[in-house]
Amino acid sequence: MQYMILIHSEPMDGPNPGEPGFDEMMAPWMAYNQKLIDGGHYVAADQLQGVEIATTIRRAYGAGDTIVDGPFAETKEHFGGFYIVEAKDLDEALALAAEVPIPAGSLEVRPVMPS
Amino acid sequence: MLALLTHRFGLDVADDAVQDALVEALNWAVVPDNPAAWLYTVARNRAVDRVRRDAAAARRLARAAPDLVLAAERTGLGGEHGSPGGNDEEVLDMVDDAHYSGDEHLRLLLLCCHPALSRDAQVALTLRLVGGLTTAEIAAAFLLPEQTLAQRIVRAKRKIRDAGIPLSIPEDLTSRVDALLTVVYLIFNEGYLSRGSGAGARLDLVEEAIRLTITARELLPGNPEVEGLLALELYARARHDTRFRGDELVLLEHQDRTRWDGELIEQANGLLRSALARLQPGPFQTQAVIARHHATARTAADTDWPAIASAYAVLLAMTGGSPVVALNRAVAVSMADGPDAGLRLLAEITGLENYHLYWATHAELLLRAGDEDAAAHAFARARELAKNAAEQQHLDRRIAQLRP
Repeated sequence: MQYMILIHSEPMDGPNPGEPGFDEMMAPWMAYNQKLIDGGHYVAADQLQGVEIATTIRRAYGAGDTIVDGPFAETKEHFGGFYIVEAKDLDEALALAAEVPIPAGSLEVRPVMPS
Repeated sequence: MLALLTHRFGLDVADDAVQDALVEALNWAVVPDNPAAWLYTVARNRAVDRVRRDAAAARRLARAAPDLVLAAERTGLGGEHGSPGGNDEEVLDMVDDAHYSGDEHLRLLLLCCHPALSRDAQVALTLRLVGGLTTAEIAAAFLLPEQTLAQRIVRAKRKIRDAGIPLSIPEDLTSRVDALLTVVYLIFNEGYLSRGSGAGARLDLVEEAIRLTITARELLPGNPEVEGLLALELYARARHDTRFRGDELVLLEHQDRTRWDGELIEQANGLLRSALARLQPGPFQTQAVIARHHATARTAADTDWPAIASAYAVLLAMTGGSPVVALNRAVAVSMADGPDAGLRLLAEITGLENYHLYWATHAELLLRAGDEDAAAHAFARARELAKNAAEQQHLDRRIAQLRP
């Protein structure tokens, strides 16, 4: 089964690519990715850019679209990235999600609709 | 399959059991390797459960009316079902049957208590699939509409199927066993606390919880927390019948200790001894230690309150400072060192402002400290917050006793 791990966390302040400390910051993520690949769990993953540059289209029934600046929900924790993993069941998916190296936040685990 | 089961149990028992198993199999997420065998196992477990329950009922009846039961036993175990088939040997035969797998039972129990399910769903599924109760019985026990309960179970089964919750035994059992014991204890408490008003018509959740704990103990031999929980339940069960006079709640200190069930207390003592000898302390063992102090005190005045107070201090640390445990500790300390010491501890507790027992405790301690006005105020607050009829009546009486 495929599961998506939705990463909700506070935006991380850190060095940009090329700046000192960037590689150290990324090291646990690289290790996690490699672990998923080695275990045959990796399907897809991506990180989103900061929520401060998000744009939202709001649509109500029967009304026209409104385009607004900002994310769709004003919360402290934002959806910041995801993994799609192959796991044999929810327990395995939860175990994989538990290793996503965020310091704090939420990891929502949802099965991908089978095609 | 129906025929095979019918041969062994009464038809009404077998019919229910097979239907239950079929309904489960149709909804089932994880198709077992051998569906027919699985179905048979589920159906048979269900029927064995029913017979065991009937047998337990017969034993209880035997104590009350030995003459009546002899006749029922001659016709098999389930007097009510009048099953012409089964006898003790056949039932034992079935339990020892090579197809029967304890693992399968444990998988089912762990599945029902999977942390990905809500607590309500865990309770409902455990009673339904492991306890073998019908949806109607569970709904009645929790005073819920049957529809609500049925939907809860359907939703839980759908999540098990669609989210891929496995029917497997995890490598690290500890946290899963904790969840399982919490569910069983919730069921026990629901039964224990609801005693008194209209309990006659309701299924006895206390007995169900004890049965589930015994099952858990068979499946997880040597687990000290399971033994601790079972001991705790048996201590409470031993005092069960003295907790009410009619609909009136009787407090521990006023209960007739000569009517406590000494046999159950002895069983609980043995279980607790065996648990503590494993040197892996836990919250259920600690609560059982406290219950043992109460159950083995010859009179209320003989109670070893200093020992109980220190056990509560241990429990408080184990539960990460639970305010309800802190409240109990304050009571124990007040009994050991006087009401002022208890009141000092009460003053440090936060988060129980809307809990009736917090105010009732406050009132009793203020009364013992000689402050009647403040006690009356606290009793009134407790009465406002109490929801259980027996507790409301008890508080009404305490308030009436205050007025000269």
